[in-house]
Amino acid sequence: MSERLVEVEVLRYNPETDSEPHFQRYSVSCEEEWVVLDALNHVKETIDPTLSYRWSCHMAVCGSCGMMINGEPKLACKAFLRNYEGVIRVEPLAHFPIERDLVTVIDDFVSKLARVKPYLIPKEDKPLSAGEYRQTPAQLKKYKQYTLCINCMLCYSACPEYGLIPKYIGPAALSLAHRYNADSRDGGREERAQEVAATEGVWDCSFVGACSEVCPEHVDPASAIQQEKIANMVDWYKEHLMPGGAK
Amino acid sequence: METIQTDVAIIGAGGAGLRAAIAVGETDPKLRIALISKVYPMRSHTCAAEGGAAGVIKPDDSLENHFNDTVGGGDWLCDQDAVDYLVQEAPRELIQLEHWGCPWSREPNGSVAVRPFGGMIKQRTWFAADKSGFHILHTLFQTSLKFPSIQRFDEYYVTDLIVDDGRCQGLTAIEMRSGQMRQFQARAVIIAGGGAGRMFPFTTNGAIKTGDGMALAYRAGVALKDMEFVQYHPTGLPNTGTLLTEACRGEGGILLNKNGRRFLQDYGMGPETPVGKPQLKTMELGPRDRVSQAFWHEQKKGNMLPTQWGDCMLLDMRHLGEKAINERLPLVRDVTTSYLGVDPVTDPVPVRPVVHYMMGGIDTNIRAATPLAGLFAAGECACVSINGANRLGSNSLTEILVFGRRAGLSAAEYVRSGARPGNDAALAAKATAAQARIRARFEKTGGKESVAALRKEMMTTMERNAGIYRSGDGLSEACVKLGELRHRYAEVELTDKTNVYNTDLLQALELGSMLDCAEAVAASALARKESRGAHQRLDFVERDDKSFLRHSLAYYHPTDPPRVEYRDVVITKSQPGVRDYSGDHQ
Ligand SMILES: Cc1cc2nc3c(=O)[nH]c(=O)nc-3n(C[C@H](O)[C@H](O)[C@H](O)COP(=O)(O)OP(=O)(O)OC[C@H]3O[C@@H](n4cnc5c(N)ncnc54)[C@H](O)[C@@H]3O)c2cc1C
Ligand code: SF4
Ligand code: FES
Repeated sequence: MSERLVEVEVLRYNPETDSEPHFQRYSVSCEEEWVVLDALNHVKETIDPTLSYRWSCHMAVCGSCGMMINGEPKLACKAFLRNYEGVIRVEPLAHFPIERDLVTVIDDFVSKLARVKPYLIPKEDKPLSAGEYRQTPAQLKKYKQYTLCINCMLCYSACPEYGLIPKYIGPAALSLAHRYNADSRDGGREERAQEVAATEGVWDCSFVGACSEVCPEHVDPASAIQQEKIANMVDWYKEHLMPGGAK
Repeated sequence: METIQTDVAIIGAGGAGLRAAIAVGETDPKLRIALISKVYPMRSHTCAAEGGAAGVIKPDDSLENHFNDTVGGGDWLCDQDAVDYLVQEAPRELIQLEHWGCPWSREPNGSVAVRPFGGMIKQRTWFAADKSGFHILHTLFQTSLKFPSIQRFDEYYVTDLIVDDGRCQGLTAIEMRSGQMRQFQARAVIIAGGGAGRMFPFTTNGAIKTGDGMALAYRAGVALKDMEFVQYHPTGLPNTGTLLTEACRGEGGILLNKNGRRFLQDYGMGPETPVGKPQLKTMELGPRDRVSQAFWHEQKKGNMLPTQWGDCMLLDMRHLGEKAINERLPLVRDVTTSYLGVDPVTDPVPVRPVVHYMMGGIDTNIRAATPLAGLFAAGECACVSINGANRLGSNSLTEILVFGRRAGLSAAEYVRSGARPGNDAALAAKATAAQARIRARFEKTGGKESVAALRKEMMTTMERNAGIYRSGDGLSEACVKLGELRHRYAEVELTDKTNVYNTDLLQALELGSMLDCAEAVAASALARKESRGAHQRLDFVERDDKSFLRHSLAYYHPTDPPRVEYRDVVITKSQPGVRDYSGDHQ
């Protein structure tokens, strides 16, 4: 096991004792295969028990450990030390208020997620006794990738629109709305349109695509948003141009 | 102290807690539900489950098969009435999840697909690629957003149950954002706090699995049942402990020793089956306890591959081919390549057994009720018991759904049956006492002990003495050591004495939970002088149905070791027999 001395520079902020955030540097003796999260855990266990951050799974699935690593939004449990040279700078995710140290306040996302109704609104009601809805692998594939969102918030951190317009619903919540809209069992698109097709919905996206670049799960929120834009445009034309409207 | 009034308080928003909340919400929209969790619901460890959930759905299968596999797999320590309930309810629950949108993998004709799993005689494990738990958790979480009666308290750490007048009437919790203590006055409480694998140093369990839920009930006088049964999963990544799902073998992966031999055939799980054609309930699809034990023996014989992380066996999936691996096991490929640098498409993956699951937990009955009025429990923290001495893979996700719902229904029924109103002053006094206890810990000065150091000693003790094989001497040593650690725990002084998101404090409290659970494990293991399922004693190698076809019940004592009592197993139709994994049953 080869060890390496790594310098980590961590943003610290405790609202009770600090008037503003500052950086603190730790020298950590790390194993070659470690991720940044391992280094932080090592600091917490052996150097500084006051360091605060979120983590649980250590396998990129719980979505807790998003942070800025050398300026990029990353999952600390999937940011391998071997990919970094020199001092590694760790900060809380951009665009979110800091609760303490690397812990951010994500209330905004949590309430936006609820607003887009991210649950199945069945097209046809079916009692449980009638068994499962049929869905072919091809139908599953249409939305599967959008189910993979771990709510890690990296995309909000990368999104310049969200930085500018905090009301923007944002990539992950819109992807999850699209996930249900694109599900063959669902009939709730109209209900969701109120939020999704509003100005703060898909139309606030200027298609920079930064969300898709940073997404650790390859959800590709940008494509979800693009598909929603097209679908909503078609709806609009149907209602406004076709004789008698669509319905 | 601010007091929150609610009808049903639920501790834990993983699969079991969310399912319970939805059940209450569906039963009676007027009941107020407080869903309390130390992490946001989607961070709960249910998200890490990979393989799938068992439920009979295909025409070639039967409830009786599922029952027999489960009871035999559990080495006859399961309560058979509870297993009956589980297998009956399982298909309904899994279909319910489908109706809520869970993206189960499908057959070409659009029906749900099932995959083989260890110890199961038929294919009955529903899966969503290899992120089944993740999809179950997110489906439940997102569905829960439909219910206005579910009020969430995310990032609240529950410290104590409030018991008065012989019934559980609420709890106290720290709002992590402010560090303030809150009292929840509830007419019923459901614990769904998950497992406790973090007592051990090498585990598939996330950082949050510290046994808090178990410890809450235990300290309130409810027994912890069958705690000696700790499941090792055979295939953990040797460096991080990350799980490689049993589905690797369900899909056809094989296990080799360093000589390239499929050694399971030498431990009652053979004869060898053709490579790439997995046969149910034998060889690599044997149950977890047997496979992990076979590893231990091979290791003793020097047949395992030495690596920098200890001795390993090899999980060979190369013959499955890149396409199948990408489609059915994408997470596995991602995990092994990124964390270990081994691509299963081109190389066998070194793996070693890893602590995975607690069969034991809070003593509950088939209605998910504990012996304490007003207190219910479900999920990994509870012991109904459907897992007996060894859980079969993919029964646990089913359990959190079936018994999560059951706990919700029972709690709603209990509340609606009109429990007497509580004595506000008495409840407030208990909450204040809980607050004082936490404050004392918070403010303690001159302490000589640290959380990190004690935790390490606990983990080392557990690994050395309460692992795959145990002995009376080792377990006695563990009991003494854990008693000492519990004593020294009082001397822990925090470094962080601020309020906001104080993880130093939370980790100290979590350590307290783990020490309590660990003591229950060691004491129950020492008292069980037989070998059964996941509990293997080198000094008592046989199963002893005459003395130990019984559940152990460990009762808490504030200063002394736990008291261990026993209760007979419920047997309805399957008498204890021989566990046969030779493939002869085919
Ligand atoms: C890597 C892995 C893979 C697995 N794969 C499978 C599989 O394929 N099939 C299968 O059937 N089983 C599998 N299991 C087992 C199964 O996933 C778990 O047993 C199950 O998900 C537990 O669910 P739960 O709801 O009981 O607990 P969890 O999901 O762990 O939730 C516990 C909840 O309790 C809360 N909590 C805990 N303490 C406190 C406190 N003090 N205050 C407030 N809240 C608290 C937490 O915040 C969390 O919300 C796997 C387990 C692991 C670790
Ligand atoms: S879309 Fe991707 S980056 Fe955004 S929250 Fe989901 S998983 Fe994270
Ligand atoms: S710790 Fe779970 S995503 Fe990183």
